[in-house]
Amino acid sequence: MNDIYVVGIDMIRFGRFPDRTPPQLAAEAALMALDDAGLSITDMQALYCGNLMQASNMVGQRLLREIGQTGIPVVNVANACATGATAFRDGWIAIRAGLYDMVLAVGVEQMGKGLLGGTDRGGFVTEGAIGSDTMPAMFAQIGLEHQRKYGTTFEQFAKVSVKNHHHSTLNPKAMYQVETPLEQVMASEMIAYPNTKLMCSVNVDGAAAAVIASEKAVRRLGLMDRAVRIRTSVMTSNPFAEREFAMPDFNAVTRLASKHAYEAAGIGPDEINLVELHDCFATAELVHYENLGLCGEGEAGRMIDSGETALGGRIPVNVSGGLLSKGHPLGATGIANIYEVATHLRGKAGARQVEGARLGMTHVVGGGPGMGSACAIHILEKV
Amino acid sequence: MSNSYEGMVPSVPYLKIDSTGEPYIAGSQCGKCGQIFFGERTICARCADRTSMQAMRLGETGKLYAYTVIHRSFPGVKTPFVAATVELDGGGVLKGTLLEVEPDPAKLAFDMPVRTVFRDSGQKDQDGRPYLNYYFVPAGA
Ligand SMILES: [Zn+2]
Repeated sequence: MNDIYVVGIDMIRFGRFPDRTPPQLAAEAALMALDDAGLSITDMQALYCGNLMQASNMVGQRLLREIGQTGIPVVNVANACATGATAFRDGWIAIRAGLYDMVLAVGVEQMGKGLLGGTDRGGFVTEGAIGSDTMPAMFAQIGLEHQRKYGTTFEQFAKVSVKNHHHSTLNPKAMYQVETPLEQVMASEMIAYPNTKLMCSVNVDGAAAAVIASEKAVRRLGLMDRAVRIRTSVMTSNPFAEREFAMPDFNAVTRLASKHAYEAAGIGPDEINLVELHDCFATAELVHYENLGLCGEGEAGRMIDSGETALGGRIPVNVSGGLLSKGHPLGATGIANIYEVATHLRGKAGARQVEGARLGMTHVVGGGPGMGSACAIHILEKV
Repeated sequence: MSNSYEGMVPSVPYLKIDSTGEPYIAGSQCGKCGQIFFGERTICARCADRTSMQAMRLGETGKLYAYTVIHRSFPGVKTPFVAATVELDGGGVLKGTLLEVEPDPAKLAFDMPVRTVFRDSGQKDQDGRPYLNYYFVPAGA
């Protein structure tokens, strides 16, 4: 009787909207989620708003100016690429604490084009002189660390992009709906070996929103027919890892979170029917197969070769198209992933539906050179 | 060799020039858990001990742990180059640029021996003083 549910959730189609503002994009997603629940902003008791690039500009309050200033508490959240998931989790925490029965969580981002990473502090330019602080470089080294351990190949990493781009052809809300054959992925512009341009996530604008409710509210309002249970919500920061000061860690932080998540949910990875994980680069997806326990140590290369993580496979991963093809508006990604899994659990994912999906996992991880990292995992369950 | 770096400014805080004019990479070692860090610090990030951190100099030889060849970087940065993560002999892990190799994965091997060298970076500070930087090169070079 104390379970917590998503009762409304949606995302705008990811794309480039240079003429609109983050609050406007957030407002569109918020209204879509409220409509999905059949509720109004006046029913919401608090707002958790995730946005990274305008973290100091009260995007949540500006969102309410667009859709109704009801005076509810607004928490503006920033946590790198885990921003949206952190906003969602903060809403979950507040309901779990018994403070509210119904809250709105929104994630939004408006991105420029080009490489992410680094910050110009003035003075000495470290880029090129002390390695690289670009995001592709960071995840390239993480991929080659996997190659060092297990012999994972450039081709195996590239297959992740082939798969996720294929998935996105079935997702009308993805930025791209284009097949990218293996040869094309491998021959596209090399950014940071082994990640080519088609193996890097797409910088897009986007917003996603969710209405989170206590069981009491769900029953009182008769919303159980559209509810998806939040089986567990966990978050970690990067625990100390041997090489992380030189090479940012996204492995230990994910392993710790997945351990907590499986323990809290009382299930194992073999019970999960689909996963939306943080494929910010093709190399990242493979290391997370192992970090999330979807396969044994060193088996990620074999797993992508075998098609187990493709739609129709044993454990489909990123059937939305993932960050690689659906797009990665940083602050929106964490809630967009939850939207994808919830849509499958509701049996409403259309051509890309994972048949019989009962339990799904979302994973995001954010961070950067010299910063540390954040990981959030949610396990959702069909009601 | 001493004073050959006179008038140069270290590129980053953990690159230091000692009283005899010799550059080195500053490190710290926790007396409680033994962890070695690059740069000076007082509290251990691994075990949280506050009392036993000792300043040290990191070694100048090591092995290539991981790398990537950067073909596209931020505007104005010359490519390609090799970004490397090096495990130093004697402890500590350091990132840097690996020079004097072909920027080609086929020519790079995990665990290849490298050493640290200190060179004029070609960049200058606002007073026109050259920045001294550290790089890795293959150990034989
Ligand atoms: Zn220690």
